[in-house]
Amino acid sequence: MGIFEIMGPAMIGPSSSHTAGAARIGRMAALLFAEKIDKAVVKLHGSFADTAVGHGTDKAIIGGLLGFKPDDERLRDSFSWAEKKGMDYLIEEIKLRDVHPNTALIELSNQSTAQSISVLAASIGGGSIEVREINASPVKLTGRLPTLWIRHKDRPGEIALITTVLGEHQINIAFMQVYRNRRGDIGSSILELDQKPPQAVLDQLEKCKDIYQLRYLPAL
Amino acid sequence: MEYRTIEELLNLAEQENTSLAEIVLRVEMEESELSRNEIEELMLDNLEVMRQSISRGINNKIKTGGGLVGQEALKMKNYYQKDKQDFTIHNKVISYALAVAEVNAGMGKIIAGPTAGASGIVPAVVVALAEELELKDHKVIEALFTASGLGYVISKKATLSGAAGGCQAECGAAAAMAAGAAVELKGGNPKMVVNAFALALKNMLGLVCDPVAGLVEVPCVKRNAFAAAHALTASAMARAGIESVIPADEVINAMTDIGEQMPNTLKETSKGGLAVCETALKIKDELFNN
Repeated sequence: MGIFEIMGPAMIGPSSSHTAGAARIGRMAALLFAEKIDKAVVKLHGSFADTAVGHGTDKAIIGGLLGFKPDDERLRDSFSWAEKKGMDYLIEEIKLRDVHPNTALIELSNQSTAQSISVLAASIGGGSIEVREINASPVKLTGRLPTLWIRHKDRPGEIALITTVLGEHQINIAFMQVYRNRRGDIGSSILELDQKPPQAVLDQLEKCKDIYQLRYLPAL
Repeated sequence: MEYRTIEELLNLAEQENTSLAEIVLRVEMEESELSRNEIEELMLDNLEVMRQSISRGINNKIKTGGGLVGQEALKMKNYYQKDKQDFTIHNKVISYALAVAEVNAGMGKIIAGPTAGASGIVPAVVVALAEELELKDHKVIEALFTASGLGYVISKKATLSGAAGGCQAECGAAAAMAAGAAVELKGGNPKMVVNAFALALKNMLGLVCDPVAGLVEVPCVKRNAFAAAHALTASAMARAGIESVIPADEVINAMTDIGEQMPNTLKETSKGGLAVCETALKIKDELFNN
């Protein structure tokens, strides 16, 4: 942690957890979806639901979904920006079990490709966030470092293949997590990196036959 | 080079015969691998955001999320501009702190230093003093480096979160950081900076976080002004040579201790204190149930 986390960040108020963190959650969800968002359903839980309006949590998440960063003045008017950019949105309350008090469940969809995603994320304090589920599968994604989210076949040697490609390009892995729902099914790996990987790395990984999906998520 | 306590930070400055700001800057250069120039530019950017938030708040009515505050800074400025006798640094600092805190409450852009809820205190003290002393920006950011280093130690040893430690960890920490920064701007030595920090923090210990309706408005906005004035008091005492009997690091430990003993109802849950008094409950009901 550096001094600019103490004297900063620059952000739109009033709350680092309920506004800045909320904007980051929206932005992370949009980056994970990586398609144009036609419709967004945002379900707020706990303290997020109780004080959303006063803290601008709803506006911040919608702004984040439009790609606005926590210091973007457009967050205040994000509802009208959503209209301008053709993003339908719905904000609801939800009661979830065993989650952080500041949690949002976000469902995004694109009509023409019929793709959708659901992202469960929490604002854990000071503007820091954690994505805890993607499409109901558990993950832990913080956006603190440049991150790769890779969905691949769950088979021996797949992780070695990914890390070899990164190693060949001198990309250091700071943290790494591997998940799967069922043996031999689709696994997903989250790799937090010390530097931004060049496009060549992403291209090379995407060509691997057992990699189904790859997302590069810049540090938030 | 690294520091984890205020004592280590002070020792480094005394060994190197330099300011706390310089040590904080050098450690940041090592940690971030950025150049001196790049780090200074980032801090100058922060200073600019601070000035903009002050200017917006003292010159405009601010529409806030709950509408419980919004023209306090403007009122304060109008008050001290009417009569020369009231045009004091003290009153100016109060108006600046109100300004930033109101802009924050109105979804405006601020520097969360150290937090959004306590974002008015450091800018108010630093910017108002810099105007008073007619300092160049490169000198002004030294005070921000000092404040950052002091806050950094609190974040390492304790917490800067109201939910974890109560308001002592937000407005208390900010007042202590601002007190140190004020001494630095006024040309006090590193030891005085540390004493100002300890004095300010010591006298904010025990402060609870009990916001009305869960909003960063009441008592937060006005508390920013009180905490900024508090920082000025501590800096004056330290520059007069008054020392804190309890060393700074022990004050931080006491803050942690108090934070742990503080009930959760008084740690940003709005379940105790001001948040549950009759008027607060009425306000909450009007805001969220209609």
